[in-house]
Order: sequence, then structure tokens, then C-alpha cells
Amino acid sequence: MISFKGVTKRYADGTVAVDGLDLELATGEITVFVGPSGCGKTTTLRMINRMVEPTSGVIAIDGVDVTTRPAAELRRGIGYVIQQGGLFPHRTVLDNVATVPLLLGWDKKKARERARELLPRVGLDAALGARYPHQLSGGQQQRVGVARALAADPPVLLMDEPFSAVDPVVRAGLQEEFLRLQAELHKTIVFVTHDIDEAVRLGHRIAVFAKGGHVAQYATPRELLAAPEPGFVTEFLGGERGLRKLRFFAELDATPEAARPGSGEAPGATALGEAPDA
Amino acid sequence: MPEGEPLVRWDWIASHIELFGDLTVEHLKLSLLPILFGLLIAVPLGVLCARWGWLYPPVLTIANILYAVPSLALFLVLLDFTGLTIWTVVIPLTLYTLSVLVPNVVDGLRQVPEQTRQAAVAMGYTPLRRLVAVELPIAVPVIMAGVRVATVSNISLVSVGALIGIGGLGRLFKDGFDLQFTTPVFAGIVLIIALAVLFDFALVLLQRLLTPWTAR
Amino acid sequence: MNAGWEWITDPANWHGSDGIPVRLAEHVGYTLLVLLVALAIGLPLGLFIAHAGQRAAFAVINTANGARALPTLGLLVLIFLLSTGSDVAALIPLVILAIPPILVNAYEGIRQVEPQVRDAARGMGMTGRQVLFRVELPIAVPLILLGARTAAVQVVATATVAAYINLGGLGGYIMDGILLREYGEAVGGSVLVVLLAVSVQGLFTLFTHLVTPRGLRKEHA
Repeated sequence: MISFKGVTKRYADGTVAVDGLDLELATGEITVFVGPSGCGKTTTLRMINRMVEPTSGVIAIDGVDVTTRPAAELRRGIGYVIQQGGLFPHRTVLDNVATVPLLLGWDKKKARERARELLPRVGLDAALGARYPHQLSGGQQQRVGVARALAADPPVLLMDEPFSAVDPVVRAGLQEEFLRLQAELHKTIVFVTHDIDEAVRLGHRIAVFAKGGHVAQYATPRELLAAPEPGFVTEFLGGERGLRKLRFFAELDATPEAARPGSGEAPGATALGEAPDA
Repeated sequence: MPEGEPLVRWDWIASHIELFGDLTVEHLKLSLLPILFGLLIAVPLGVLCARWGWLYPPVLTIANILYAVPSLALFLVLLDFTGLTIWTVVIPLTLYTLSVLVPNVVDGLRQVPEQTRQAAVAMGYTPLRRLVAVELPIAVPVIMAGVRVATVSNISLVSVGALIGIGGLGRLFKDGFDLQFTTPVFAGIVLIIALAVLFDFALVLLQRLLTPWTAR
Repeated sequence: MNAGWEWITDPANWHGSDGIPVRLAEHVGYTLLVLLVALAIGLPLGLFIAHAGQRAAFAVINTANGARALPTLGLLVLIFLLSTGSDVAALIPLVILAIPPILVNAYEGIRQVEPQVRDAARGMGMTGRQVLFRVELPIAVPLILLGARTAAVQVVATATVAAYINLGGLGGYIMDGILLREYGEAVGGSVLVVLLAVSVQGLFTLFTHLVTPRGLRKEHA
């Protein structure tokens, strides 16, 4: 479980990005932070792996205050995926994926081996391993980004708008595979997006962030669509809410139980190697 | 240096103000004419290279080789043809200026956003008018960056011409060496830096005027 | 030009303590020494200011660009007069000449690393040192080498002027030629310098191609 207790981030110029946040993110679930730009959702995500240090308050993973661990060491144990992948242009796909295992001191052969077996799991042809990032399409680059984050099998995954830079068709494909993968892996995932449809589609729970850096509503997609808080949240969901609700329940009927977000208790985190093939 | 000789003898400077003036004028002529000629050649050449990509690699190679030729060597070779005229210095410096400016003109034109170019085409600009009214203005900041580099390095480079007798303020270095006397050398360095800084500043101002949209 | 060629091909000029091989070795030696010193100063400084504040970087870059205005001949003469003819002191103006391109390109090379790439590197748990050596430096290699190449070519070409204060090297032929009105020798010396400068440029181009990480070579796109 990841918990935020009274977390505030105030920058030197006085702007408050996150304001007194209290939040608990369940293990093995996908928690989505959604909201307009500048509402502090990315800052909140980045405080989990200490890319941003909170001004006050405590963030803990399974009860351990993140600031008690050296930042670099902490980050090696947390997967991190960002928009457009942030892939290293000078390294092959395989070496990109092997980055964290190598940082953790695995030997080169084992790290590459691990990278090679991960490619098909994120839907990439193993032959792409020898390519360089600029030789891949946007969607393929995003998949490499996900594989790279999974390489050392971290229990927690932070994903900052990972699918925003690709077109809607590719995005839909990536989302689908992402859900399939999560049904196998049961990672604790924090997912930032500004797209409410994506939030509803992927999240077990959704935190709607409002301007000023506080959470306006924290609920399952079902609750959120059925009973949005009046004011900001209702407005943010927009006039198409009825349509979204229809689509959401239609999809719920069509997806297998295991892969379904927001459906009852999620099983605890399972190591990647032992995950059953769905 | 003789015992007890100060680094700068101010009385010598005071008595040679007129010489400084003459040398400064010559220095500016020698360093700025190449910029003018360089621009007149580099812009059309750069436009051609941007239009026909295959032309650029050989032009770039020639520019790189020219850049590697020591100025003194070029001065000497030209001495046979142009004698002790300003052309012996102006022509080599024009070549250096070209080797700096042509790549900048090409880069400047290449970074014109494709949408902007398409929009201009769609609005009915003829290729020539599009070049003059849209593409070249957008390329001005990159071209001006090249002009600044070339101007500063020309102002510094002219002084080498003194070794063959045409070097503007560079003559002060030769005199200082011959007379074992630091004052003129010192004065020459200070004047050359002052000119470089002055003209660099003037070019920044000029660019602000030419491209008001880039101002922050 | 013909006189120059005759001078170069005259076997007599290839022997003795001021023969072409000796002078060429001197020239190459000065160039290497100057380049190493300039790299040792310019490279770390460029890397440092790329990570320092905007204002510090602005100040250093402008100073470096301003240093391009320093007339090498003037500095050579001044240092010669002040130092009573020490060889090493005479190399200082050449070092000053070589630092700006190295420094500015190292700075630009690091600056052009995409922010997401740097962010991802930190986010995966690289320490500051690891980000620099495993990510930023490899990506900056082509620009750093371009800076070193520019510096090397400038030093080869400008070291000729150093002969004015009796530093030797290939420039010595040019100076002697001018003084003694032996244009064959002066032109011949010039041709040798050009050949050396062009070879240095070619070597650097080749070297850059070899050490640039393959993923950064855009022609594969």
C-alpha cells in the first residue's frame, strides 16, 4: 500500500502544487490520478519515487517512509514510465530494457536474457531488440518503455501519461494490452492521465485532482460515474457522462472477470515469474 | 623587455592617438568588407544548397577545408596576384566568412517549419516571394548568429595580415615585437577586443530590429 | 604555387634539424599538447555549467565567445615580451583559442539531451554521476568531438603564427620565407600546413563516425 499523509508541495516561488493530500493506494490495483493540467497529479506521482521532495507530510510504501531510503536505491525498486518513453537514443531496445537490472548489478548476460523474454510480453517482436529507439514507431517505443519499467520486476509501477503521445487507435491497443498484462502481474500501479475516458477504462480507483492540488473525489469508476461530486467533478466529467456510463457498463459486460478494473478484491502482488498465463 | 619598463606607457599612447585612429579605420575596412561580400555570396549559395540537397555536402566539404587553411598561407598565395592591396586580406577573410555563413543559411532555411512553408504555398506565394517574404525572415536569427561569429573572428584575424604588411591594428603587434616594447601590443589587444565587443553588440541590436518577433 | 611544390619535393628539405619531418613533428606536438590542455579545461567546465544555473552558464558561454575576439598574434607577442621567450608560455594563446569551441560544444551537447531522457534515467534510479556518464555524455559525444575538431583545426592553422616568435613548427618555413623573400619556401610551408589541417579534419571525421553510438547516427532512420 502507498499512503500519503498530509502531503504538501510548495515551490520556492510560493505556488502550491499539492495541498495537504491524504490518500491510500491499494496494493495490486491500478490507481489513476486524473485532472486538468497544473492540478498537481504529476507532482504527486513524482513524490512517490522522490523525483520531487514533499515540503511536508509523509509518503510511505508498505509502511516505510520513502525519504528514509536513498533516492537512487528507492527508484531502482519502482518502475517508471513517462510520456514518449524517455528511451535512451544511444542504446538498443534490449539495452534500454536491461537498464535497471544492470544498475542493480546483474551480470550483462542475465540482464539481456531478462530483457529478451520481456519483449514478447509487452507485445513486441523479439527481433526488435537489436533496433534503436528512433527506428521504432511511437506505439512500439511506449511498449519498450513499459518493458523497461518491468525489467527488475518491481512491485510498484509509476506511469506518467504513458499513452498520451500516440494516436487513439494505437492508444486503445496499448490500453488493452496493459490491462491484460496487469491481470497477470498484479502490480501496484499509479497512473497519471488527463483523459477521463482512459481513467475510467483503466482504473480500479480514480482520484480526481482539482486546481490547487487537492483531490476532489476518490472513488471507483462505477461510483464516480454514478454519483460524481457536484461542482468541479461533475463539470470535469462533462456532458458526455451519460454516454461514458453506458460505454463503461457495456465494456464491463464484455471483459473477462479477471482483467476487469473496479471488480471486487484484487489479489495481492505476484512476482512476474510466477504469474499465471491468463 | 628592458629593466624597469612599465607594461603600458601612457605618454606613448597619448602621442599616438592619430595612428590608432587610422589603423582602426583600416582594421574595420579589412574585417567588415568580407562580411558584406560573404553575405552577398552565402545567401544565394545557401538558398541553392537548401533547395537542392545534393549540392550541400560538397559545398560543406569545401567550406570545411577552407576553414582549415591558415590565414597566413592564403595571404601569401594572394600576395602574388593582388600585391600589397587590401584584397590580399579581404579575399581570404571572405572565404572564411563563407565557410561560417553558408552552413548557417542552410540550417536557418531548413528549420523553417514545414506547416509554415505549406501555408505559404497554399496562400498562393510564388516560390521566390515565399523565399523573400517568409523563409528568409524566419532564417534570420540563425544567419545572424553566423554573422556574429564571423564578424568577431574577422576582427581578431585581420591582425595576422600585419605579418605581410596589411593588418590594421595588427601593425601594433609587429611594432611592439620589433621594438621589444609592450605598450603598442597592449593597446592593439584592447582596441581589437573593444571593436569586437562593440560590433557584436551592434549586431545583437540589429537583429532585435530585424526580428522583433523573437524578443522575449 | 609551382615554387612551393618544387620546395616541398626538394629532397634537401627533408633532412636535418629543420627538415620537414622535424618541423612537422614539432607542429603536431604543439597541437596535441594545446588540445589536451584545452580539453582538460574546457570539457569539465562545459559539463559543469550545463548542470549549473542558467545565469552561470550564460556568463561562461559569453566569456568563451568573447575570448574568440582575442587576437592570437597580439597575445603571442605580449606573452613573449613578458616571459622572455619560454616555449610553454607561448602556447597559452593557442590554448585560449582552443577552449571556446570545446567548452561551448560540450555545453550544447549536454543541453540537447531531451528532458524526458534525463528524467527517465533519474527515475530508474541512476545517480547523478551515472546519468552523466551513461546517458548524457554518450549522447553528447558527436557535438563534443565536433568542438574538439574545430579547436584542433584552428590550432594547426594558427600555430603557424607562433613561428613569428621563433616557436618553430611548419610556420617557421612561412616566416623565413617572408623574411628572406623565398616564396617557394613560404608557399611550400603553407601547403604542408593545409595538408596537415585537412588530415586532422579527416581523422576527426572518421573517429567521430567510429565512436558515435549507432543509435545516434541519423542516417539509419
